[in-house]
Amino acid sequence: MQILANPNFDFLGKRRLFIGLSVLMALAGMVSLILKGGPRYGIDFRGGTVVQVKFQQSPNLDKIRNALQQKGLGGSTLQPYDRPELNQVLIGLELAEESSLDRGRIAIVEALREALGGEANKLDFNNASVAALADRLRDSPQVGRSALTSAQVDQLARTLLEFRNSPPRSGLIKNYQDLASLPGVNPDIISALKNETYLGAFTIREVALVGPRVGKELRQKAILATLYALAGMLIYIAFRFEWVYGVAAVAAVFHDVLITVGFFSLLNKEISLTVIAALLTLVGYSMNDTIVIFDRIRENLKLSRRTELEPLINASINQTLSRTILTSGLTFLTVLSLFLFGGEVLNGFSFALVVGIIIGTYSTMFIASPILIWWKGMAEKRTRARGPVLVEKPANRRKVAGR
Amino acid sequence: MSRALLYKSIFILLAVLGCLYGIIEAPRSKSELYANVQKRIRLGLDLKGGSHLVLQVQVQDAIRANAATAVEKLRADLNRLGIQYQSVDHNTPQKLEEADSIQIDVKGLPSGRSSDFKGLLDDRFPEWNYVPVDSTSWRLNMKPAMLVQVKRDTVTQSIQTITQRVDGLGLTEPSIQQYGSAEADFKIQVQLPGVDDPARVKEIMQTTALLEVKEVKAGPYGSVDAALAAHGGVLPENSEVQKQIERGDSSQAPEERWYILTRSPIITGRDLRNAREGRDNQSGRWETGFSLSREAGQRFARHTEGNIGKNLAIVLDRRIRSVAVIESRIEDQGQITNLRSQQEASDLALVLRAGSLPASILVLEERTVGPSLGADSIRHGVISGLAGLAAVVLFMLVYYKFSGVNAVVALLFNVIILMAALGYFQATLTLPGIAGVILTIGMAVDSNVLIFERIREELRTGKTVVAAVDAGFNKAFLTIIDTHVTTVVSAAFLFIFGTSPVRGFAVTLVIGLLANVFTAVFVSRVMFDYVLSRKQQVVELSI
Repeated sequence: MQILANPNFDFLGKRRLFIGLSVLMALAGMVSLILKGGPRYGIDFRGGTVVQVKFQQSPNLDKIRNALQQKGLGGSTLQPYDRPELNQVLIGLELAEESSLDRGRIAIVEALREALGGEANKLDFNNASVAALADRLRDSPQVGRSALTSAQVDQLARTLLEFRNSPPRSGLIKNYQDLASLPGVNPDIISALKNETYLGAFTIREVALVGPRVGKELRQKAILATLYALAGMLIYIAFRFEWVYGVAAVAAVFHDVLITVGFFSLLNKEISLTVIAALLTLVGYSMNDTIVIFDRIRENLKLSRRTELEPLINASINQTLSRTILTSGLTFLTVLSLFLFGGEVLNGFSFALVVGIIIGTYSTMFIASPILIWWKGMAEKRTRARGPVLVEKPANRRKVAGR
Repeated sequence: MSRALLYKSIFILLAVLGCLYGIIEAPRSKSELYANVQKRIRLGLDLKGGSHLVLQVQVQDAIRANAATAVEKLRADLNRLGIQYQSVDHNTPQKLEEADSIQIDVKGLPSGRSSDFKGLLDDRFPEWNYVPVDSTSWRLNMKPAMLVQVKRDTVTQSIQTITQRVDGLGLTEPSIQQYGSAEADFKIQVQLPGVDDPARVKEIMQTTALLEVKEVKAGPYGSVDAALAAHGGVLPENSEVQKQIERGDSSQAPEERWYILTRSPIITGRDLRNAREGRDNQSGRWETGFSLSREAGQRFARHTEGNIGKNLAIVLDRRIRSVAVIESRIEDQGQITNLRSQQEASDLALVLRAGSLPASILVLEERTVGPSLGADSIRHGVISGLAGLAAVVLFMLVYYKFSGVNAVVALLFNVIILMAALGYFQATLTLPGIAGVILTIGMAVDSNVLIFERIREELRTGKTVVAAVDAGFNKAFLTIIDTHVTTVVSAAFLFIFGTSPVRGFAVTLVIGLLANVFTAVFVSRVMFDYVLSRKQQVVELSI
């Protein structure tokens, strides 16, 4: 099976068009970034509090907003999260002070509890810990009738909560009868649970508190690490090939990151720590792609020293084209499955890769290679200005391509 | 089969077995297999659920306390030597950045006694530098070496105390360690996998748990002002005013009670031998009982014997928890009563046993992933990972036919090596780590595609199968090395300069790439050679 038999496209002929397109995309992203005052950083880099809450029923955002306002948390943001039928909301708070980080989270939980009601003197089953549930059960007369040892009660509490936490319940039990089929649960236990606990209307799924100073530090470290990594690659490629190859490859990768970050800004998506991981993946991927083609160019140059660069590079891109399509296509498949089935947590991450792989493949052919030609052209002009012509036209182009 | 090929095959077989053992060990049943995998492949907090905290030790607290002790000692020494003074006080830096600005001001010292004063400082306060402000005032600054030492000791002691407290909770594999620079950051990183009540653990870690038993001089009063007014506006020598916290279940607003206590405690948390939760026989309320060490018990017995009828206050974290009349000689027992729940009683017992913290603790960062979210993330990760892998495998088989089998085997082996290495190195698999695995799989596929496309090219030029395979591997080898080394170089930089999530990415990536050079170049080649060696004359290759 063969995707392309003997491809022979003129990739470099239209390089002005593609460079124009890249500049346009990069500009669009830049304009968006400037208008919005920089990237939209996630909690990791901005600092603040985010609490992810899952509700029993479709949450009434106005009611929650009112409750938060009464707690003095008027500045908090409410944002539905993931698919609507999951009833999930992200509650965010911007905070300036490290010392008030924890208070914000406590106030959010209190506001929710007041707005949605709880039962005094009973334990909220949907937010209980194993230890707290076990303590309650031990005190219950119904459990006493079952004559369980202390360790058995602990085990029972663990079983109940593991069931509560596993999908599709995902932390919320709607009806005590759902628990009836679990090992060790009998009608006595169910009635004990009903006496000692209530089924709260929400559960806290995730809490992230990041002090603003830590956020700034994380941001700086992530940027620095990426720059050092790029510098490291540049030096290695310069060592293995030539300086200009390294510069071209790094420029192409930089182009990819810039455009992907621009896309994030245009679509108003958050840059979080996992998105940074995705950008790093993209850097590695795009670099890999570029080196494969550069390798071919180097090999072809060795086979035939006296040739014009443009047709040689064109031939190299064509020779590796089926590999490029296959690899990009297959990697794209994996990333796409991550985007489709990976859930909301991986959404930003996989989105960055879906965009990045397309851009990364494109940049190798249309950005990195033209930079090589442009640079060599400049060098050639300089030599020409100084002395006699060194470059001769090849007698037979087909021979160069090795066919 | 040639001898070399045989050796290579045996080597690969052993490697596969070693890696499989690294992931699943030697399970005897299906449940044991799951348990072993869970034990070997440690999942990060973002996948498993749990809390990641970065705490900062407020070392200025310890430095302040150090200055307070020095002030007391200096006052006593001045009195002893008969040197008059107007005041000896220290400033109170509140922020961490201000810690180094600690100073003690001595005012109204007779200028004639300057040399005696200097002699006293040189003798008894070697950790302080001093400068004259004017003829009767002096300023003391803590020596830089001392500052560094106090800070370092404070952090070390805080880590020890927190570790002891967390260990008492019986969590699985908690990790508490110094984070960042010891001299400048004063940070502690706490990882609590699988914790389901992070708020409680945080409280246990942050409670100072400074227990003191003090003598009550007078009280109660309705307010601080009332307490002062009763003594003509000035506190008696060596005493302080403290508030009692009211914890009844009465519905009316609790009335404030203030007491005047002696400044120096009779008993402190350091004198405890043990602490345990218990229940009051009459009221059924929870309480925490503590017992004293032998030496402290004797001291306490002497004191109570001589002060029958007077009041004692139990003070926790500078708040009076209870005040009681000494009815008889008390040897070595005490209780903190009126606690809300069994959990509060046992938590208090735990922190008392572990001892008090030398400074307060600030939470700089917290990431808590609830267990239900972790379970969802794993499920999503596994489903999408398998879907992606299946698509790749299917495509390789269709596109490269028999050679595709070769690529798929190499790919799976790569993933196995990666997982085994994670197990052997005790590394944790996090969400960014999974990103590294994806990039690895991408590059592993790429290596195979590079080689196969190269072999096809060589076949098209009319080479024999054996020659084409040979040339394909040789020519693709350089490219593979270049792409891999470049990525490893960048991953190394990410590991050195990155924060922990970025590091997780770098670790899986480096392991995966090393494994890939082995599987794509070596293992895949051996498989080709094996297939080719079994036929007398190879005219066709399924690729």
